[in-house]
Amino acid sequence: MNRIVPILTVVLAIVVLWYGAAIGMNKKWALDQAGRAGVELSTSEVIADTWSQDRPVLPAPHQVAQELWKTTGAMVLKGRAMSKRSLIFHGWITLSATLLGFAIGTGAGILLAVGIVHNRAMDMSVMPWAIASQTIPILAIAPMIIVVLNSVGIQGLLPKAFISAYLSFFPVVVGMVKGLRSPDAMQLDLLRTYNASGGETFRKLRLPSSMPYLFTSLKIGMAASLVGAIVGELPTGAIRGLGARMLTGSYYGQTIQIWSALFAAAILAASLVGIIGLIERRMLKRMGAKQ
Amino acid sequence: MIWIAFAIVFWAATWGLNSWIANGPFAATRAARLAVPVIFGVTIIVVWEALVRGLAVPSVILPPPSAIAAKFATSIPTLWEDFVQTFVKGALSGYLIGCGSAFVTAVLIDRSPFLQRGLLPVGNFIAALPIIGTAPILVMWFGFDWHSKAAVVVVMVFFPMLVNTVQGLAATDAMQRDLMHTYSASYWQRLLKLRLPAAMPAIFNGLKIATTLALIGAIVAEFFGSPIKGMGFRISTEVGRLGLDMVWAEITVAALAGSAFYGIVATIEKGVTFWHPSQRG
Repeated sequence: MNRIVPILTVVLAIVVLWYGAAIGMNKKWALDQAGRAGVELSTSEVIADTWSQDRPVLPAPHQVAQELWKTTGAMVLKGRAMSKRSLIFHGWITLSATLLGFAIGTGAGILLAVGIVHNRAMDMSVMPWAIASQTIPILAIAPMIIVVLNSVGIQGLLPKAFISAYLSFFPVVVGMVKGLRSPDAMQLDLLRTYNASGGETFRKLRLPSSMPYLFTSLKIGMAASLVGAIVGELPTGAIRGLGARMLTGSYYGQTIQIWSALFAAAILAASLVGIIGLIERRMLKRMGAKQ
Repeated sequence: MIWIAFAIVFWAATWGLNSWIANGPFAATRAARLAVPVIFGVTIIVVWEALVRGLAVPSVILPPPSAIAAKFATSIPTLWEDFVQTFVKGALSGYLIGCGSAFVTAVLIDRSPFLQRGLLPVGNFIAALPIIGTAPILVMWFGFDWHSKAAVVVVMVFFPMLVNTVQGLAATDAMQRDLMHTYSASYWQRLLKLRLPAAMPAIFNGLKIATTLALIGAIVAEFFGSPIKGMGFRISTEVGRLGLDMVWAEITVAALAGSAFYGIVATIEKGVTFWHPSQRG
């Protein structure tokens, strides 16, 4: 209880602030329209208008919620869940690229981490670059990857997945190397006294003790993958996907559409990270980790 | 054909050299630590150049490093203009405003445990969201010039910085706080002499994360609309014109700026948190 009340208070405060900001930012348009029509608006009428405009500067929360429901739940009820106007359809396009990229990036990251831990030359040559590359705005090359892959004939899901993979790759490498190195000297010595081979040490000690680190980087990688997929949809003039919804929304001034796409992306990110967190808790519990 | 053979031989030779250094008697020295990654980086560039020439890859797909370097050298004025527009005006001002306001907010909410319990989970949640999606909205609000880019950067760096600072301010243990209490230190004395110095490692952690986010935010926000200069603008238009050598030159600038920015913050950190175990190692 003593955690939920403060959180709800903060969320409530944000919503109240949002409604207030919507009044302030949309007032000008409402007053302009009224002035042109030669009508005098009372304060309550102005407020009502700012919360119900078609193309507000800042849409009110209930408008965004309505739009979200209209493009998801209501479409499902009408049996058109996968129509082109449905956010579920666009979300699925983005989600599939995210998941594919995440799988590729995580797999490659774990493999490279295993290589780095077992090969000193690889460790010394690759690791500094892996760390340095995290300070570089990798997202900037997203448009180039899309166009280049396009010109060699690869289209659709793969280019976006590539960007996702690239973004989730490095967090996994860095986290996994840390995790595989986390067993201390005493534990490694114990396995040596058991005459364990390298493979056995890896399977029975290094891999299990790397799990907490792996899950932390998986969460970061998942969030990064989603950002990658969304940004990957921007430069190609794509017409499908959450990023494309934002872009077309910003071209045509459909603010409510941008906000609903943004919230859809946020909900998607939160549930993906939440699912990983759930698996993490289950798995670490079964492995007997301290809670 | 000869270029491909050269690439393979060069790769094998430098990899052998690296293995020899890494497993040899000098592996632990400072010079070896520096030499191995440098050799690896040079190898990548040489192999890239040789493969692009050997396989005759068209330059609209992957230009060789030499062409990128040539383009870089000839278009320094443009690159500098883009750098000033995106990095100095957009990213840097947004970084300062965002980190500064997050720091002040953190110190303020630190006084109220209620707000802390409420804001921290919300802040953590928001920090994990694809905030970059607010870019089209902010571009619409603040116009195409650098103000909107700075606004995107502010939104992107605010929450990671806030969460890190609040965690840092909680880093002192009961014994240290009791000691300040026995000195009858006031709130400000406790804050300035104990809690802020103790919070510095976490604060710098947030500042370092924010450097990368700032540059990403400033560049990606330009994809949604910008004046006719800026790194993001140049990348997206040159990609459209298939001028990939210019795109790579721009990426080089971004990489250099990002690493330098991070390096500067890390150097300041080293000076400020010299007492912390992670800096003494």
